[in-house]
Amino acid sequence: MTSTEHDEAAPGRLTVRGLTVEFDGFRAIDGVDLMLLPGQLHFLIGPNGAGKTTLVDAVTGLVKAQGTATYEGHDLLTTKSHRIVRLGVGRTFQTATVFEELSVLQNLDIAGGVHRSAWRMILPRGAAPTYVEEALEAIGLADLRDRPAGSLAHGQKQWLEIGMLLVQDAKVMLLDEPVAGMSAEEREETGALLRRIGGERTIVVIEHDMDFVREYADWVTVMHAGKVLTAGSVAQVQADEQVQEVYLGRTADAVLHEDDTAAAAEGSEI
Amino acid sequence: MKTIKLAPATWGTIGGIALLAVLLFAVAPAALDAFRLGQLAKYLCWAIAAVGIGLAWGRGGMLVLGQGLYFGLGAYAMAFHLKLEQAGPDGVPDFMKLYAGGVMPAWWEPFRSGAFTIAVIAIVPALVAGIIGYAVLKRRVKGAYFAILSQALAAAFAILLIGQIKSTGGSNGLNNFTTFFGYNLYLPENKVMIYQITAAVLIVALVIVAVLYRSRYGELLVAARDAEERVRFLGHDPANIKLVAYVVAAFLAGLGGAMFVPVVGIITPSNVDALASIALLAGVALGGRAALFGPVVGAIAIGYAQSALSENFPGSWSYFQGALFIIVILLLPGGLASLFARMRRTPAHTQVQLKQEEVPA
Repeated sequence: MTSTEHDEAAPGRLTVRGLTVEFDGFRAIDGVDLMLLPGQLHFLIGPNGAGKTTLVDAVTGLVKAQGTATYEGHDLLTTKSHRIVRLGVGRTFQTATVFEELSVLQNLDIAGGVHRSAWRMILPRGAAPTYVEEALEAIGLADLRDRPAGSLAHGQKQWLEIGMLLVQDAKVMLLDEPVAGMSAEEREETGALLRRIGGERTIVVIEHDMDFVREYADWVTVMHAGKVLTAGSVAQVQADEQVQEVYLGRTADAVLHEDDTAAAAEGSEI
Repeated sequence: MKTIKLAPATWGTIGGIALLAVLLFAVAPAALDAFRLGQLAKYLCWAIAAVGIGLAWGRGGMLVLGQGLYFGLGAYAMAFHLKLEQAGPDGVPDFMKLYAGGVMPAWWEPFRSGAFTIAVIAIVPALVAGIIGYAVLKRRVKGAYFAILSQALAAAFAILLIGQIKSTGGSNGLNNFTTFFGYNLYLPENKVMIYQITAAVLIVALVIVAVLYRSRYGELLVAARDAEERVRFLGHDPANIKLVAYVVAAFLAGLGGAMFVPVVGIITPSNVDALASIALLAGVALGGRAALFGPVVGAIAIGYAQSALSENFPGSWSYFQGALFIIVILLLPGGLASLFARMRRTPAHTQVQLKQEEVPA
């Protein structure tokens, strides 16, 4: 990492230094350094319990943490969750949480609330704003706009969540296992979607599926036991002996198999 | 400006409010004798508070078990003024001569002014709710803890009223009012006028809440009820969203309480204590807490049942009320309104439905 104090405030830059999260004496995250640059599809991988989700939780104000985490110079560790969102750092959760009774359009519109003043909130919805239309097109759900979100397929719900981040105009998107439980085609579409919306955004994907990582990652950070093991391109990471030992050393099959049980367990992990 | 296209649900709402207005202003005064019209006016006072409970509980998920506090703040402010009207200029309310040696506390003095009293009724319940709500909701108190806390507030308020007998009349409360802003309370035409004011307040309350339900705020409130964490990550503080609903509910409870005093002619701590608060809630549960008209129908039904049953089976009302509450929660969690919705089969997206598991035990 070559960052100096003054460029931490650079546009779109999220910097994490010496981040530590402790739960009753157990160090779930132990001195993690991370710098996320705009325009990259950044993957965060590692075995279960490595602290990936906890790292995202810490950066988005869900758990208390020591160390520093700044976005464009703002201290994230002392900022409340909803303020972090307003700074431009958005996230999704492992289980897609959309508002099931509201339509796809209403879900996206509600996400646009960050752009509205409190007084305009008491007005009923007129036409959908253009940024809602754009997000609807981007996630490919334009034909389903009036369907209740609860009736969407699993993959479509994940896209809807990503669409809600687009509407929020999140500059940093932290996506927690967006392709878990998706079919092969859905994964491909999701990958293409992430590429499309990447642009100047910083996208961080927590993922287990190594095929997906190989296909789309610009930059991979490997975590293990609360620490960053290594970071680099897919090729660099795969060549790393330590990584092979703790994670990639096992066959891809074993890793994939672990996912199925892991996806369910990870919610309660830490 | 582009023209606003109203969804079918909106026409239903407008039609419903219009129908209710016709029933209250044209049908009821013609069909009911003076006594029954007075009874109806009392139920309407509860209905005004119930509309607010529908907002806070039905849409906001806050089990407000202590709305008697805000109902009571509005009611006692009105009662102070009416006592002073009765006492005449520079006079001292009759009960103070009895309990306090004819000495009136200085803070009673401003209630001689009608304008001051109306301002207190409009502001104080909302202000108190704002302070309490801010303290409670920002700490993310919810569910049963929120319910117990709100119930305790109403209980404490009643105890305070009883304790301060020199300025509140104690457990006897305040009664024996003669005029309402100069209008003689014993004249039948003035009783009809007070009924009409109460009905008008209810209609206004429904319009306020209907506008909120249709707004983006209304959607966000339901969203905060169903998925609070998710709303946080939409960039909103759920506490602020809920606080608005809580304050509006308190405001409406205060209005209902204020009208209760000239309508009924007495206000006592038992009208505003924990039990009275539960009675308000039972009506809302019966009618359907998330539906706009549910709380109104429920409050009137509960009020009517209370009168009818008390006339026929004195002293047994609270058992009926408890049984009713349990039956509704177990068998009809969406209230009477859900029966209506089931018959009409309205499209899902125009209707906010309740999830079964949210029903408090």
